[in-house]
Amino acid sequence: MMSAAITTRPPTAPVPHAPAAGGTRRRSRVRTRLELALLLIPALLLFTGFVLVPIGVAAYYSLFSWNGFGPLTDFVGLDNYVDAFSGDVFQGAIGHNLIIATLSVVVQLPLSIGLALLLNRKLRGRTFLRMVVFAPYVLSEAVTAVIWLLMLQPGGFIDEILRAIGLGGLVQLWLADSSIVLYTLFVVITWKYIGFGVILLLAGLQGVPPELREAAALDGASAWQTTRHVVLPLLGPTIRIWVFLSVIGSLQLFDLVWIMTLGGPANASSTMATYLVDHGFKRYEFGFGSAVAVILFIICFVFALFYQRFALRRDTAGAMTGVR
Amino acid sequence: MRSRKPLALFAAAAIVLAGCSSGGSDASTEGPVTLTWWHNRTTEPMKSKWQQIADDFHKTHPNTSFTIEPLQNEQFQTKVPLALQGNTPPDLFQQWGGGALADQLKSGKIADITQASSGWIGPLAKNADGWKVGGKQYGAPYLMHAVGFWYRKDVFASAGITSPPATLDDLNAAVAKLKTAGVTPIAIGGKDRWPDAFYWAYFAVRQCSVDTLKKAVEKTELTDPCFLKAGENLKSFLDTKPFQDGFVGTPAQQGAGSSAGLVANGKAAMELQGDWNPDVMQALTEDKELGSKIGWFPFPTVPGGQGDPSVMVGGGDGFSCTTRAAKACAEFLGHLVGDDVQKILAETNSGLPVTPAGVAALKSEPHKAIAETMGKASHVQLYFDTAFPTKVGQALNDAIANFFAGQGGPDTIVKSVSEAAAGNK
Repeated sequence: MMSAAITTRPPTAPVPHAPAAGGTRRRSRVRTRLELALLLIPALLLFTGFVLVPIGVAAYYSLFSWNGFGPLTDFVGLDNYVDAFSGDVFQGAIGHNLIIATLSVVVQLPLSIGLALLLNRKLRGRTFLRMVVFAPYVLSEAVTAVIWLLMLQPGGFIDEILRAIGLGGLVQLWLADSSIVLYTLFVVITWKYIGFGVILLLAGLQGVPPELREAAALDGASAWQTTRHVVLPLLGPTIRIWVFLSVIGSLQLFDLVWIMTLGGPANASSTMATYLVDHGFKRYEFGFGSAVAVILFIICFVFALFYQRFALRRDTAGAMTGVR
Repeated sequence: MRSRKPLALFAAAAIVLAGCSSGGSDASTEGPVTLTWWHNRTTEPMKSKWQQIADDFHKTHPNTSFTIEPLQNEQFQTKVPLALQGNTPPDLFQQWGGGALADQLKSGKIADITQASSGWIGPLAKNADGWKVGGKQYGAPYLMHAVGFWYRKDVFASAGITSPPATLDDLNAAVAKLKTAGVTPIAIGGKDRWPDAFYWAYFAVRQCSVDTLKKAVEKTELTDPCFLKAGENLKSFLDTKPFQDGFVGTPAQQGAGSSAGLVANGKAAMELQGDWNPDVMQALTEDKELGSKIGWFPFPTVPGGQGDPSVMVGGGDGFSCTTRAAKACAEFLGHLVGDDVQKILAETNSGLPVTPAGVAALKSEPHKAIAETMGKASHVQLYFDTAFPTKVGQALNDAIANFFAGQGGPDTIVKSVSEAAAGNK
């Protein structure tokens, strides 16, 4: 619609200024530059000081064996990177991040869409239900982690609930069994973040014009067909953004894991970020820690670039050229 | 082209900032001085006790005042290296001594207080050793800590155990009796890893002679076969399954389901923990009578091996001074180990006083017992994770925790030290 408005404007509009171009245009260009500089410098300074410089510094530190005290003297080249990638624990941590990211998309996405569609209908207590779904997202990650840590102890709240409803056979050593702990954490992550996806999708659903559904219904489309072929495609941009945030969040997962398991037992739930703190900070290996941080950054950055290029391009392109 | 300007501006600002902060004063300051003090007592009663002690010191030493900043233990790991790398480190800060202190010395900012402390360090005797590097004093403890078994007298009695176990066989027998009685014999906070390390450390000090222990720490290596044997003994002990279900996921101090909580609520009979455990346990139960129900006994003797059965595993809380105001700071440290402050600290039961006068002022029965056992010990082995350089100590703890979780064996524990010392990750 925007593009329609723009193209209908007479193309001759700027012409009246053209004859005077020499002086005014230069002056206005200087002015634009000044304005740009004035508006951009604060943000640029902050961005440089708190994002670009630290990345550069971390990359520099990562080339040294350095315990955080005294000058950087022990240059080791790329040894820190080689050490990180050749260690079982870090390989395992990357694997755990990928499992969480995959599970997030495969499990949380359908769940979020289902809940959002449900909560978008007119039903009694809708506001309350929306609040209930969203509430866990408001809790801080540390609080969530401590609550679940206590509830998941053997004989704790979760075990008692399961026994009370006759599912005692399902009781596990949720946080102590190496083969289960990662999935236990995933359930907690889902509990915490499902509300965010639902709210995002609900907002997306508000952008689906009711006329389209009505038109589809008039054409004899069933509720499922309307959802599948009208609503979901229009939710596309929202879903793609959610996937992006979810994957990046999974790659950077730290707080919940650190508080609930410290990456244990025996590294069964370690992530790249817990590995970074464990081996960088706790061991005073700041050079090595920087290398891990750079690896984490590159993985996230590369994912972001590719995702931007192949998945989000349609959405951002749409924003610039108008809705077709 | 346009971006050059902001960058240049930024660079200029950075240079100006750097210039501003590099002007420090030297160690010989005689005038009024304000000491920035980072301690780890973020909770009452100690938080106000430290404030009170600082205020009192200021009254008698008007030239010295304090800016106090209490920090959580975990924060010291990140804040201290950063501060020592910067230009304005705190003037005195929490110091656990050992390998971490040796690491920090490389910053060149930790003050050598050998001279300044010569007037008051005497009564601390061996207690001050953990804060020495290469024969020089780089800080001093104000409270010592020691690890031993905390147990429920009532649970022991109902399981038919008449006296605290003195030997490993006694302990194994007690574990069997408690299991028969349907109680978890021993609680452990395996999630936090460091409680696991207490067991390995005790089996090591029971197996290895004091000389071997000292050499191992000095050379950062566990090559003596006694360390391997210690791991094997630990393995046999773990095979008796003395701990609660899922112990590798249990936190040490959070909630009633933690290891301290299990003992506090009578669900487990004992826990190998530091002298600080009664306070931790009391916070996790409604039982106001808990204090009278718990007792303490030292880690039992283990048959075989060259270890001196009196040796204990422990550590301490201390402070280091940085160079800016080392003189005033050292004077304050001397005040902290003086009789007045040591008596105040003895009443809080938050550790063991470092001087005989302080120990004499202890009131709690278990703490008196711990202090007495410590007095008789031929050697107090500083926790290995603290004694070794930080990267080695943490690698050792991780290897021990993995061992408790069923990964690796006695040899991987020993190897973790040599590998970490060699710089392998």
